Amino acid sequence: MSTSQGRPHPPWMERPGPAMRLAKGIALTVVVALVLFPMWTVVATSVADPQEVIENGGWVVWPGHWSFAAYADVLRGGIVTRALMVSGLVTLVGTTLSLCCTIGLAYALSRPRLYGGRFLLLLVLFTFLFPPGMVPLFLVVRSVGLFDQYAALVLPFLVNVFNLVVMRGFFQSLPTEVMEAARVDGAGEFTILRRIVLPLSKPVVAVVGLFYAVAYWNRFFEAIIYFNDQSRWPIGTVLRQYVIGGAALSESADATAASPQSVQMAVVVLATAPIVCLYPFLQRYFVKGVLTGALKA
Amino acid sequence: MVVVRAKERIGSPPTPLPPPAVRPGRLHTHARRLWADRALLLLLLPGLLYFLVFHYGSLFGNVLAFKDYVPFLGVQDSPWVGTDNFRRMFADPLFWSAVANTLLIAVLQLVFFFPVPLGLALLLHSIAGDTLRRFVQSVVYLPHFLSWVIVIALFQHMLGGAGVVNGWLNDVGVGGISVIGNPDAYKPLVVAQLIWKECGWATIIFLAALSQVDEQLYEAAALDGAGWRRRLWHVTLPAIRPVIVLLLVLRLGEFLSIGFEQFFLQRQAVGPEAGEVLDTFVYFTGFASGDFGYAAAVSLFKGAIGVALIYTANKVAHRLGEQGVYRS
Repeated sequence: MSTSQGRPHPPWMERPGPAMRLAKGIALTVVVALVLFPMWTVVATSVADPQEVIENGGWVVWPGHWSFAAYADVLRGGIVTRALMVSGLVTLVGTTLSLCCTIGLAYALSRPRLYGGRFLLLLVLFTFLFPPGMVPLFLVVRSVGLFDQYAALVLPFLVNVFNLVVMRGFFQSLPTEVMEAARVDGAGEFTILRRIVLPLSKPVVAVVGLFYAVAYWNRFFEAIIYFNDQSRWPIGTVLRQYVIGGAALSESADATAASPQSVQMAVVVLATAPIVCLYPFLQRYFVKGVLTGALKA
Repeated sequence: MVVVRAKERIGSPPTPLPPPAVRPGRLHTHARRLWADRALLLLLLPGLLYFLVFHYGSLFGNVLAFKDYVPFLGVQDSPWVGTDNFRRMFADPLFWSAVANTLLIAVLQLVFFFPVPLGLALLLHSIAGDTLRRFVQSVVYLPHFLSWVIVIALFQHMLGGAGVVNGWLNDVGVGGISVIGNPDAYKPLVVAQLIWKECGWATIIFLAALSQVDEQLYEAAALDGAGWRRRLWHVTLPAIRPVIVLLLVLRLGEFLSIGFEQFFLQRQAVGPEAGEVLDTFVYFTGFASGDFGYAAAVSLFKGAIGVALIYTANKVAHRLGEQGVYRS
């Protein structure tokens, strides 16, 4: 609270008194600690020495001796490794496909004179009001032959109406003069989209892409109802079975040098790591991307 | 498109148009406009196909609610049973227990979750240092991006029988409290989980509203000698009132949609008595017991109530002079 670089201190925002500043400082520290402390203890438990974990009753706040046995254990090529690869692949392919479809829809529906545009827009927006029920969706997914297919984790969620509305709003806020000028020069819609609209839309594409990627990475329930084959499970489903459900994870229990708690927490860390790693790079686009899109819509 | 045609006219010598065989009727103009927009229509085709197959396709699947689903007969050939499934639903005590749990959790969410992001947004907004504010924002947004599986694993690690908090309490000799798996503590627990996961993210919209408050109002109030409390009460809150009302109305419209994954993951731990909500009821009757027709009826009922609620909420928003979700 001491620094105020960036924006000048407006006269009405006088510096708060010492009691107020103390209260604010405490409140902020508590908020930040409530978020970060649980995550920290998970990391600490995952890298703690097995002896230490047992002595402490299953959790560690500050590991005295570091041990990466838990990670070595789950990354040795068993179900966790496979699940991470499945999730990674589904996320990569799914995000790409989702972005392509969403950009196509959003761009076409943002053009004011599109033939049938208003009807198509209502057709799409209506689905927001009445989401497909779990049972009918299951029957559709099965009848189009997606049972036991990785595509069952992608295709039923290909386009998200909220993301579409955000992106369409952003496209509508772009200056039309540039596009008209390109059209006069003979550019087709594809060229305009690729050369003019997309380069101007980096923030919204980044944000919507992050939303899609996170949703694909976090998907777990669909694997339970669509997959008979456990080796196809994504990381979320594995996490549910072995961490929340408490099933034994190590395939050969005697060979492990880590405590079961450390192994479980290592799975949690591995399932969280990609999101936490991606997050700082895209975080600066949040407000710009989401709000310009959503508020205009 | 008009422009391109104009260019053609300039480039090529004027050729006389062939005499139209028939008067260009409505069909003709439609076909021409369709052809003129072919690139755009091609762009939106894959996405449109998705909506038709998975959304409108499964909309038709709701006929299952009026059938007695027999797996080897399929949806089409299963016998019609009229409103039997719905009658069963209204007579089913388990259904009503799921309704009661859903409503209670929804009310708790509204009362205890809703004010938290507003308070947090006011706190964040009052931080003068940009760096510090951005850091705190990054931290509080983060849980929104974690899956429910991870959040619940974290809560188990913290509050479970062998968790961090219990361990500490044992160390200081207070004795453990059981939160995870305790049916009595389930409802406060799920609300706490929701607050932990989503309250930071929910501040975004309030922060945007706060940043748009006219600064001259603050200056004027300050000149008139209003302290920060009066400025908060007479300037800030009235200025963001539309946003507060809108979000409240939106929340009322989604009253029954309290989420599925969070409850699906924890129902086993506390039992259906305390942990069953409408969405998990649909899952466990449909997928676990194979009673698909009945499950479809429950989910259709919930969907219909949901649409009615959104419609009403929107009407209320208009009545209050707000924008609402959609304009009709």
